[in-house]
Amino acid sequence: MTSTKNQKPEFEAIEIDLLLEAIFRRYGYDFRSYARASIERRIRLFLSASGCSSISGMIPKVIHDKEFFSRLVRYFSVSVTEMFRDPSVYRVVREKVVPLLKTWPHIKIWLAGCATGEEVYSLAILLKEEGLYERATIYATDFSDEALACAREGIYDLAKLQDATRNYQKAGGKRSFSEYYLARYDAATMDASLKGKIVFSSHNLAMDGVFGDMHLIFCRNVLIYFNRDLQNRALTLFTDSLVHGGYLCLGTKETLQFTDVSHCYDVVDGKARIYKKGICHES
Amino acid sequence: MRAREIGKLPSSANYEAVVIGASAGGFKAVAAIFDAVPLEFALPVLLVQHLHHDDDGAFAAHLAAVSKLPVIEPCDKEPIVGGHMYIAPAGYHMLVEQNGIIALSTEEKVNWSRPSIDMLFESAARMWGERVTALILSGASSDGTAGIQAIRAAGGLTIAQKPDTAEHPFMPQTAIDSGAVDEVLTIEEIIARITGLRPAIPRRERKK
Ligand SMILES: C[S@@+](CC[C@H](N)C(=O)[O-])C[C@H]1O[C@@H](n2cnc3c(N)ncnc32)[C@H](O)[C@@H]1O
Repeated sequence: MTSTKNQKPEFEAIEIDLLLEAIFRRYGYDFRSYARASIERRIRLFLSASGCSSISGMIPKVIHDKEFFSRLVRYFSVSVTEMFRDPSVYRVVREKVVPLLKTWPHIKIWLAGCATGEEVYSLAILLKEEGLYERATIYATDFSDEALACAREGIYDLAKLQDATRNYQKAGGKRSFSEYYLARYDAATMDASLKGKIVFSSHNLAMDGVFGDMHLIFCRNVLIYFNRDLQNRALTLFTDSLVHGGYLCLGTKETLQFTDVSHCYDVVDGKARIYKKGICHES
Repeated sequence: MRAREIGKLPSSANYEAVVIGASAGGFKAVAAIFDAVPLEFALPVLLVQHLHHDDDGAFAAHLAAVSKLPVIEPCDKEPIVGGHMYIAPAGYHMLVEQNGIIALSTEEKVNWSRPSIDMLFESAARMWGERVTALILSGASSDGTAGIQAIRAAGGLTIAQKPDTAEHPFMPQTAIDSGAVDEVLTIEEIIARITGLRPAIPRRERKK
């Protein structure tokens, strides 16, 4: 057993606070407002892989060794994702959101926390099939440059595309999924025609500002990594970024219910977590 | 792991929560427990049952049908309330945060599982320390053993389903072999044991 395993939880909490503070002051990355249980666990995981003997022992390394810091941040950013994740959500988007998107001559979509890109290609496919792709601009953002680089490339493990094909069909896909990628050896490259309207860029929901006049914001399975304060910050950002009547889609286990902005939205579909921005009624 | 000193057996202790881990073959055992927990039960119950990836709340709905208490498949940041039964949704780890709310996570699988019993138990050990009771039921996985050890190290009460009464004995047996299990009981005995736990805090008004 490592020495940290037996120590008092209060001491560990101090070490973790100091580590996160050091990261914030040195690099500007604010993990102090991440969901605590998960971030603590990831720090412990990193510790056992780092060769350091204690969490406080990592602090000087984090401050002076940028490479060490980058490795740590890689542990913090969980980028688990898949194509057409929660297929029924895409069905609901087709049924309840697309008809209204069709009433706008140009549509702007922000996909915040796009990770390695599977979700943004899924959305691009949906827009194509609904005849909306040509008038759309999709801003796909993440704070992880590494994840963004994968997303831009759009090359995935061919084995994973079996699940994707199944999801695509469940999501109400209208064609054959194989039309959307080129398979070579064991890799699948997403079709170039899906990329034209996607703008990838780096954006940190803990620090950066508004993306204006969005008609639809997808931010799925990102807010669960934040504590309530940071969730409220991000949600206020989304509320300020959406046009009146714009849509917000969260992860299937994320809800506006316990947040500051719940009074600004109507529920479009409770299960799919799709909300429509209205007038913010004082609660 | 040291044996607990006689006289310091946790039977006299007060509890704030019950956490349960179950896997293959655990469904009947879990349903029996949910069926038997009485309406006056004051503690929150948090359950990780390994589910099929596609389960869309059907498992929770089934338990809700047998349980007298509210059964919730929680959202992220859901407050934990006494007398409520929380079930980890398929595909998400369920953790307990220090301020008494539930955190969900899609971090990578642990022990090939998401939700993982270890993740729930380890966070529960940090949150409640000696004031939590952990049950490990039927399963063919070794998930839960590290969690049971964490609960035990924090002073909580650890119980395993008697392996020869479990549909799949491997999971409770693995926990027992780690030396961190206080009591090995049948489902009937488990029900009697947990319904007899003394709550550390008076039960909060239940929300309608
Ligand atoms: C689990 S993935 C979700 C991917 C996708 N949206 C989905 O639902 O499948 C979470 C993503 O959030 C990103 N993320 C975490 N903190 C962030 C922040 N402060 N700003 C922007 N992105 C962040 C991570 O880098 C990661 O790619």
